Amino acid sequence: MRSLFFVLSVLAVIGSGYWANREIALTQDELDRVKVLQQDIAIARERLSILKAEWAYLNRPDRLRDLADLNFDKLGLLPMQPSHFAQADQIAYPRPPELDLSQPIEVSSAGANRP
Amino acid sequence: MTQPSPHAPQSQPTRLPLRPLARILDARSKGENPDAIELENRRIRHEEMRDRLRLRAEGRLLVLAVMFFCAYAVIGARMGMLAASEPMEPRAQTTGASIIAARADIVDRHGRLLATNMSTHALYAHPHKMIEPEITAERLAEIFPDLDAEKLKQRFLNPKRKFVWIKRKLSPEQMQQVHDLGEPGLLFGPREMRLYPNGALAAHVLGGSSFGEEGVHSAEVIGTAGIEKFFDAELRDPAREGVPLTLSLDLTVQAASEQVLDAGMKLLNAKGAASVLMDVHTGEVISIVSLPDFDPNNRPRPPTEGNPSDSPLFNRAVQGVYELGSTFKIFAAAQAMQLKLVNKDTVIDTSPPMRVNGHPIGEFQKKNYGPLSVEKIIVKSSNRGTGKLALQIGGARQQDFLESLGFFAPPPLEIVEAKGGQPLLPKRWADISTVTISYGHGISTTPLHLAAGYAAIANGGRTVQPTLVKQAGPQYRDVVLSERVAQASMDMLRLVVSHEDGTASFANVPGYHVAGKTGTADKPRERGGGYYKDKVIATFASVFPAHDPKYVLVVALDEPVETSGSKPRRTAGWTAVPVAAEMIQRVAPLLGLRPHYDTGHLGGGRLAGGPLLRSTNASD
Repeated sequence: MRSLFFVLSVLAVIGSGYWANREIALTQDELDRVKVLQQDIAIARERLSILKAEWAYLNRPDRLRDLADLNFDKLGLLPMQPSHFAQADQIAYPRPPELDLSQPIEVSSAGANRP
Repeated sequence: MTQPSPHAPQSQPTRLPLRPLARILDARSKGENPDAIELENRRIRHEEMRDRLRLRAEGRLLVLAVMFFCAYAVIGARMGMLAASEPMEPRAQTTGASIIAARADIVDRHGRLLATNMSTHALYAHPHKMIEPEITAERLAEIFPDLDAEKLKQRFLNPKRKFVWIKRKLSPEQMQQVHDLGEPGLLFGPREMRLYPNGALAAHVLGGSSFGEEGVHSAEVIGTAGIEKFFDAELRDPAREGVPLTLSLDLTVQAASEQVLDAGMKLLNAKGAASVLMDVHTGEVISIVSLPDFDPNNRPRPPTEGNPSDSPLFNRAVQGVYELGSTFKIFAAAQAMQLKLVNKDTVIDTSPPMRVNGHPIGEFQKKNYGPLSVEKIIVKSSNRGTGKLALQIGGARQQDFLESLGFFAPPPLEIVEAKGGQPLLPKRWADISTVTISYGHGISTTPLHLAAGYAAIANGGRTVQPTLVKQAGPQYRDVVLSERVAQASMDMLRLVVSHEDGTASFANVPGYHVAGKTGTADKPRERGGGYYKDKVIATFASVFPAHDPKYVLVVALDEPVETSGSKPRRTAGWTAVPVAAEMIQRVAPLLGLRPHYDTGHLGGGRLAGGPLLRSTNASD
């Protein structure tokens, strides 16, 4: 009985030691993963800031104005004017679909005499 | 329990009797002392016990020695490992978001970038590690045209120099070219560079930046002017974690204002121009322009000679103090009405002569308007009329009023240059000062001051503080005018534009009901001694839309001339007003203001959702 108790407690110590060691190893792995992720985030962030800067640079008002002037034939873009505002009732309704009557239409009176 | 008692003989070796009867009897028969036998037996027994105990003690000592040895071996091994390995922080936990060390971005009110960072590289050299310093110097001069090959050679061949900075910012192409040289003595250091992607847009607000402390591995970016310097500590604060600074400026409106003002300035041959567009309720500056401007990516050095106000770095809207002329008249009229000295229909005789402290007070082109109502004084811009109103108000009350509108202190804008906008006030506030200041002479203020003053009239008599940082809602400070007086003043300003006799009839932008007041002031000579005859500052301070004021726009032109007529015209009505009208026409749709075409009382109901027009037309 006594020896069984000793054996069990020794086994428990060994088991918990093994468990703790495994947890430490898993934590270390996760920490390594976090470190890699944070490096990725930093790289992505830097890339994002460069892309943002480039986007802002490509959309700078001077350039857009020049592009609008260059492509005036195709796009016809003008600076916004007060006349560009309109009331809702100035928008035309879509026209109702017209009935196509150019082709001959067969008309049948079959069954007209039935009650 | 079944534990054996300590007295049980089992673990003991067979105990020999101390006095074995046979030997005692034998000894007695021989006449020997039987006690000797007992003594001897006792000695033998003790020797046996001693041997047994020594053996046990030796065993215990051995175990103890092994344990101590192991313990010391472990400690020694651990110490050796610690001493031999790289020092490292214990990694028991990880931080959440990593701290962003870069300087925060600056964005406009809709989140569009105005200033950001770019990572780039700096180039430096270790001359003692160079293989071919002379050829390298020549090649570097080819890559960078602004470098001098001879000077580089001298620096590379100087044996005392171990370190040479060559270039602070490299483009990726240049970096590759330098890389291709294959010179081991040329080294790159990473750099954060401040970039203003929109070029010269809002240059005076953003200011500029440069490098502060420089090391090989990094350099700190510091603001050198404008809002970059004003908010330098906030922008650099790592705890900010890169949250951008949101300004009140609107990129599109700013670009349109700059374009219109630049075109107007060139058309009217002005040497400089400024405009301020401000929200009358929040004090947010939507656009602020000063021309000529510069590129903050490549900020020019301040001029060492000449007039600093001729440099493009000079911010005319914030630093330039000018006598802004008749635009000030509305303040005298509004205060006189607020003090209930007059109402808008009170008639005042503006006929000459009028002398104050011995100085004659004249009108523009020596006109004589005769008796005029207060409303007409503003519409026709009568100097003598406003002067008489100011004399009724008195110098002390006039000073209090102008001070409450912020005309006595530098503009509280969040750029470092704003400190330079200290208004010039008369040393002694005599009656003549009271009169001239009522029509905007003898007091020099910035266009921004004027915008803040007009905002107070436009928003119903509450002062606001101009700001460049986006605000959440109205930021009213003190009430200086009653709602009724502010409304009456707005009606007068509207008449200046809409009345056929008004000085600003060119500002009648259809649909936007502009109200405003012109001001044309002769420029004072730099070295004193009166005013130039042919140099003016033309100003137009306007508010739109007049029926529900939202924005105040001040346009000031420096030395404009309108030459389309038979003789050159310099008054604001011919110069600043058309520019301002064009600007309102361009900017108001961008601000989301719908035009309201005034069809009079009968047709007013047709405007779906349109506000009830109060008094916007002179013929009402």
